[in-house]
Amino acid sequence: MADARSLTDLFGILSPRRVGEKAAVVDTSVAQVTEASYPTKALQKFLGGLQGADNPLLLDLGPVVGSNVTFFGEQLGCRIRVEDIADDLDRHVREGKLEQLPEYFAKRFTQEPGSVDGILCWDILDYLDRPAAQALATALCRLLKPEGCLLGLFSTAETPGQVYTKYVVVDESTLRYRTYPALRHRQRSLLNGDIIKLFKDLRVTDSFLMKSKLREMLFRKPATRA
Amino acid sequence: MWKRDESVKPATPPAQTPAAMPSAPVAAASAVSEPRTQLGRDNVNIGKSVIIKGELSGSEDLTIEGHVEGRIDLKDNVLTIGPNGKIKAEVFAKAVVVLGEVTGNVTASEKVDIRDNGSVDGDIASPRVAIAEGAHFRGAVDMQRAGAKAQAKPGAAPAAGQAQPQPQAQKVGA
Repeated sequence: MADARSLTDLFGILSPRRVGEKAAVVDTSVAQVTEASYPTKALQKFLGGLQGADNPLLLDLGPVVGSNVTFFGEQLGCRIRVEDIADDLDRHVREGKLEQLPEYFAKRFTQEPGSVDGILCWDILDYLDRPAAQALATALCRLLKPEGCLLGLFSTAETPGQVYTKYVVVDESTLRYRTYPALRHRQRSLLNGDIIKLFKDLRVTDSFLMKSKLREMLFRKPATRA
Repeated sequence: MWKRDESVKPATPPAQTPAAMPSAPVAAASAVSEPRTQLGRDNVNIGKSVIIKGELSGSEDLTIEGHVEGRIDLKDNVLTIGPNGKIKAEVFAKAVVVLGEVTGNVTASEKVDIRDNGSVDGDIASPRVAIAEGAHFRGAVDMQRAGAKAQAKPGAAPAAGQAQPQPQAQKVGA
């Protein structure tokens, strides 16, 4: 099992490694800050998945976005926990401790297992190496309640610049992508199969390939059988 | 013990008395400077050099530019943490505006507003929360809508209405 490697892993090994992460310096000439709005299909379904829950707990793995907090708080009456994984990643890059990320993610979350109704994973997995991505995905699966939802975005194309993206919810069907400088490039694009393997404890309920070259995937944790 | 800051010209005759200041059962206070009455309203300013350790409570709006550790209880008033303010405390107020740093849980019955460069490290419980672009926040937000919904539906409508037009929400953007 441990030796099982997907094609993307092998390509990742063969292709030249991206430079710059060891230096932990933001190349501002490359890290252009941009902003554009794109349609989303999965968000509406994600929100629908949370509607039934009473005072649901939502975990947002992106940087804090004030209007998102307002949106989710007022639309859904959610309790929102913001856990900025990009910030964690930058810190590990800065300290040259990227190899410690899997261990870090395994202990990162303090919430009780099965206590979170929804997770906004956004595209953070695109920035992680396979072991770290797996550790994070496993931790998220553990946190999710049965019938809980996870929304993940995955890039299907190379992204120019060393940037993270803040996803600002404009409304249920529109996201504004706002980039900001990152200390690490997006890593290789994950294939469908890789993503499904990462979240093997979850069920894929919807998957959309958007014109923005992002794949939006909605996962749900199967209900436990009595 | 308290004296008014003469440099601040009150718009109305300064009628505040020391008795009107927040009662502060302060356990330990070093370098206590004077709270200032501003603009003749019930608004008290705790200056940059003030360090308070203990419980701070009162019935006036309060602006803190100094350091406070412990607990702040202004249930019916507005608490403003100024750009120089550093708070390590559990905070309870009607509304909280953060321009400085807060470490600790913040509970407001009306609104929490974290402005640009403001920082909150702790959980927020309030029906309305605004976090500006450039603000730092780490923790959880509970907007307590479920309770409000269950109690009174008429209350829910204005809350949603208030949220829409906010120019802050635009700035809040992310």
